[in-house]
Amino acid sequence: MITQANREWIADLCATRAGLKVDPDKAYLIENRLAPVARRDGFGSLAEFVESLRQRGEERLVWAAVEAMAVSDTTFFREPGLIERLVGEVLPRLAAARPGAPIRIWSAACGAGQEVYSLAMALSEHPALAARTELFASDLSERSLEKAQAGLYSQLEVQRGLPARLLVRHFEKPGEMFALSAPIRQMVRWRRVNLVEDMSQLGVFDLVLCRGLIPALTEAGRARVLGSLTAALAPGGWLALGAGEDPPGWLEPEGSGLFTARASAVRSAA
Amino acid sequence: MSAAVKTCLVVDDSRVIRKIMRRILEDLGFEVAEAGDGLEALAWCRAAMPDVLLLDWRMPVMDGLDFVRRLRLEAGGGGGPKVILCSVENDLANIREALDAGADEYVMKPFDGDIVAAKLGLVGLAA
Repeated sequence: MITQANREWIADLCATRAGLKVDPDKAYLIENRLAPVARRDGFGSLAEFVESLRQRGEERLVWAAVEAMAVSDTTFFREPGLIERLVGEVLPRLAAARPGAPIRIWSAACGAGQEVYSLAMALSEHPALAARTELFASDLSERSLEKAQAGLYSQLEVQRGLPARLLVRHFEKPGEMFALSAPIRQMVRWRRVNLVEDMSQLGVFDLVLCRGLIPALTEAGRARVLGSLTAALAPGGWLALGAGEDPPGWLEPEGSGLFTARASAVRSAA
Repeated sequence: MSAAVKTCLVVDDSRVIRKIMRRILEDLGFEVAEAGDGLEALAWCRAAMPDVLLLDWRMPVMDGLDFVRRLRLEAGGGGGPKVILCSVENDLANIREALDAGADEYVMKPFDGDIVAAKLGLVGLAA
């Protein structure tokens, strides 16, 4: 349906715009992701859509295509024990180290929001800690952000990683979908962020979570994104990556994909 | 690796479901036994208590909820095996009722191997 040349053009586009690694040989994946975008925008065929992207390069459509290629699969409480460790150990340590100051947390590439909401649900059981914490979440994809903000999940999604006790405590079921309760949703602030662009205006964070994105990036994209994520760490801040994803060597490994930025190391690396 | 092989009792009046569950659980390294209703399951548990039960709700003779209440009563004081209720009921009120009756986790049908594996992980029985 899409020619090899067009698939290579798509791969280049994703690499340039978002640092994404797209294999041009994976015709099925590319068609699967882009066909709904083409349909939504009223194109007769996928080929017509890609042709229009190449000829006219309308920014809105170009981004819709890149975002569709970037969408990733996320689940609640993805890494067993991580959320518990953050709430039980890491956040109390941060709170003790900076009395009175807010603890700023950023879930980067948040997808449909399951990770940041897992943290919000866990935090809701520690009101004093929750009151000190500010949760931010970002994604490249506007559609992912819309879904995340709505907090509506399918039966399949709420069965992957979410304990049944939390499902009955924090969700309602007005129809087919499960709806996360407003108090949990309101704990999180959302923003569209492209991690390969300049993010200095976002400020610094005590904890940055970015799990599972790194392997989906090109070599150059990885360097850019890891640079941005670590630059956003406050002195003494923590970074959470997925299994087997390594940050720059000056960060101290703490197990379960967690790393810390010692105050001195941050300064010398800057 | 843990020393002993974990055992799971699959309780469902549908032979097809039991067969699907058995395949999933054996792939995860569990030793599997089967029962067709709650009463049969109770007899099983009295003879050889499994580590975990995957338990249907709607069954003849004794349904899943009656079974789990009896099981918790017999085991006493919150003891006994882990129980994962599996049912087509997908209203939150149903799930709440199952948890209140003594189930540890809940799987809404239809399920797949990933969901079962994840739920086993949640009750501390990751393969």
